[in-house]
Amino acid sequence: MNKMIAALAGVAAAGIFATGSAQAAETLDAVKGRGELVCGVSTGLPGFSVPDDKGAWTGIDVDTCRAVAAAVLGDANKVKFVPLTAKERFTALQSGEIDMLSRNTTWTATRDTSLGLNFAGVNYYDGQGFMVMKSLGVKSAKELSGASVCIQSGTTTELNLADYFRLNGMEYSSVVFDTSDQTIQGFEAGRCDMLTSDQSQLYSLRTKLPDPSAAMVLPEVISKEPLGPVVRQGDDEWFNIVKWSLFAMVNAEEFGITSANVDEMKDSKDPNVGRLLGTQDELGPQMGLDKEWAYNIVKQVGNYSEMFERTVGMGSPLEIARGLNALWSNGGIMYAPPAR
Amino acid sequence: MSKTPEGSGGGAPVVKPPAYRDPRVRAIAFQVLTVVVLVWFFWMIFQNTLHNMESRGITTGFGFLDRAAGFGILMSLIPYDETMTYGRTFIVGLLNTLMVSILGIILATILGFLLGIARLSKNWLIAKIALVYVETLRNIPLLLQIFFWYIAVLRSLPSPKQSLGIGTSAFLNNRGLYIPAPVTESGFGVVLLVLAAAIVGVWFMARWAKARQMATGQPFPTFLAGLGIIIGAPLLTFLVLGVPMSLDYPALKGFNFIGGTRIIPELMALLTALTMYTATFIAEIVRSGIQAVSHGQTEAANSLGLKTGTTLRLIVIPQAMRVIIPPLTSQYLNLTKNSSLATAIGYPDLVSVFMGTTLNQTGQAVEIVAMTMAVYLAISLIISGLMNWYNKSMALKER
Repeated sequence: MNKMIAALAGVAAAGIFATGSAQAAETLDAVKGRGELVCGVSTGLPGFSVPDDKGAWTGIDVDTCRAVAAAVLGDANKVKFVPLTAKERFTALQSGEIDMLSRNTTWTATRDTSLGLNFAGVNYYDGQGFMVMKSLGVKSAKELSGASVCIQSGTTTELNLADYFRLNGMEYSSVVFDTSDQTIQGFEAGRCDMLTSDQSQLYSLRTKLPDPSAAMVLPEVISKEPLGPVVRQGDDEWFNIVKWSLFAMVNAEEFGITSANVDEMKDSKDPNVGRLLGTQDELGPQMGLDKEWAYNIVKQVGNYSEMFERTVGMGSPLEIARGLNALWSNGGIMYAPPAR
Repeated sequence: MSKTPEGSGGGAPVVKPPAYRDPRVRAIAFQVLTVVVLVWFFWMIFQNTLHNMESRGITTGFGFLDRAAGFGILMSLIPYDETMTYGRTFIVGLLNTLMVSILGIILATILGFLLGIARLSKNWLIAKIALVYVETLRNIPLLLQIFFWYIAVLRSLPSPKQSLGIGTSAFLNNRGLYIPAPVTESGFGVVLLVLAAAIVGVWFMARWAKARQMATGQPFPTFLAGLGIIIGAPLLTFLVLGVPMSLDYPALKGFNFIGGTRIIPELMALLTALTMYTATFIAEIVRSGIQAVSHGQTEAANSLGLKTGTTLRLIVIPQAMRVIIPPLTSQYLNLTKNSSLATAIGYPDLVSVFMGTTLNQTGQAVEIVAMTMAVYLAISLIISGLMNWYNKSMALKER
């Protein structure tokens, strides 16, 4: 709440004292001057952004921030993470409290057009689903008429839920909590019959239950939820940097560049690899970055596949399959424009 | 300005100073100047904020209030569904806030007065129990108490299928308390009319009783007689008309109980915590108020032969009220503002619904936060105004 107020005060202050259009290109300079990237993440969602027992942040959203830090500052560890609730996130970005938002945020038309923000791509394709206790004996969401639903405030989930139940002529009552921790607590206490959220979050929240095997995720996926990093509108240079940091990881996977072989790949004869890693072309300086920008990303953070498997995939407790998030050449929809 | 100061010396010629040296003119001029500068300052802030938000591509204005909200709300005192507007969500949240505040104020006042009097009890056990209650609960942060009532108590309640039955028609489970809802039938209006008539009648009776006591010194049992009329007359009508009301019983259907009236656990937890916490402060205010009345007053009343109860009601309480009411107002304001902690446990109050979900769906933070702050300011000023009016009516009337 305090952070919310601080963020709002920030918006007001920015609104009051900033003078017009002095924003273009200011984010890159600010980050370089500070020597640190300030990145907004969630308050704790395993697989996406969560602090471990030593206070170090891990997750796919965290790695997305680290990739940008590697590209801009040459060091993936120069990131300060600011945990934000769903309610606080856009205000924090608008007010300039954070440089970018990487907080499992769904790209929608309203958010992209009316908030003064730009979505810089998609780092995880998701969809909304339902989780129930196995003891309830339900096999499909269509059997859930009359149910109570635990839900986190300030998410697209609330709207999808209302649409889905109305479309299917079913009744529900929603219990709205402030953070995902409170939501899973309410579900665990039996306040609701089901918990609804993006499918990846359901798997992630399930690991927080005392007995994860007592709960199950229903097969229905009721919405499209493309999650990705967000930046302020009006700073195109910074927008490009965040967008292409993400694309660099996807392209690296496509060309078979990994953190292990990136040094050998620098000598590759493949012009695509050479262009990306800065040995044959100067993509970096065009964006105001070092020409080793993509090399730094892959060396320090890895390519998209490494990031995915480490945080949410088979190498993590969540064990989510690539599915939609596989490369376009492997049956998924993860696709990056060519780096040339 | 043309008037000369009165009493400016016997017969000496009064020299009128130039306007810029006249202290009254200067005082007014500086006040006007201050107001102009302040208004200009806030106008600049307002304009600049609008301009900057526009140049950053952030939508402004109150047009969003007419757009469809598209999300559900757990509890609403007025009809509400997803197809209604964001403006409607504002009203729903506002009413939920008002309801929990008003109920909290009533319950906290009752509990607080009982505790305050109990603390002064000559019975050692009662006094000490009240002391321990006050010292414990007022020293635990309110948010923790709300979580305690919500998480700890909710967890121990059974699921809907194993509900605790209270009698055969009321049920308690972790989805709330379900009680039968009264459904009125034709003829119930007559009962309400009789009730209104009884209240008016009792008012006149009380006036008559007071006038008679003033004139003759004969007391009349106004309270008991009044209670008898207000309860008895409508009840008799109700029975004579053949009970024009039925009950809608809650029944387990699917996952949850359907029918009846449902009190959600969020409301119960919030109301319990707010009441028990604020009551401790009210108890201390009441105790200090009663102790502020000089003991000589009680002794004087005793020597006149008044009974203990009468002494308390006619001598001590009226004088104590003058001390109690001003700090009591602050506690009422605190309770109302503390009700916004509801958002932590998902009670759909104004902050949770309007400053939470609505703000996030529309992204119009400045407008929504301003509206919410204006509402709390208005509620607080209204409570303050009412209490000041009550305080004036209770103030010592010197004759």
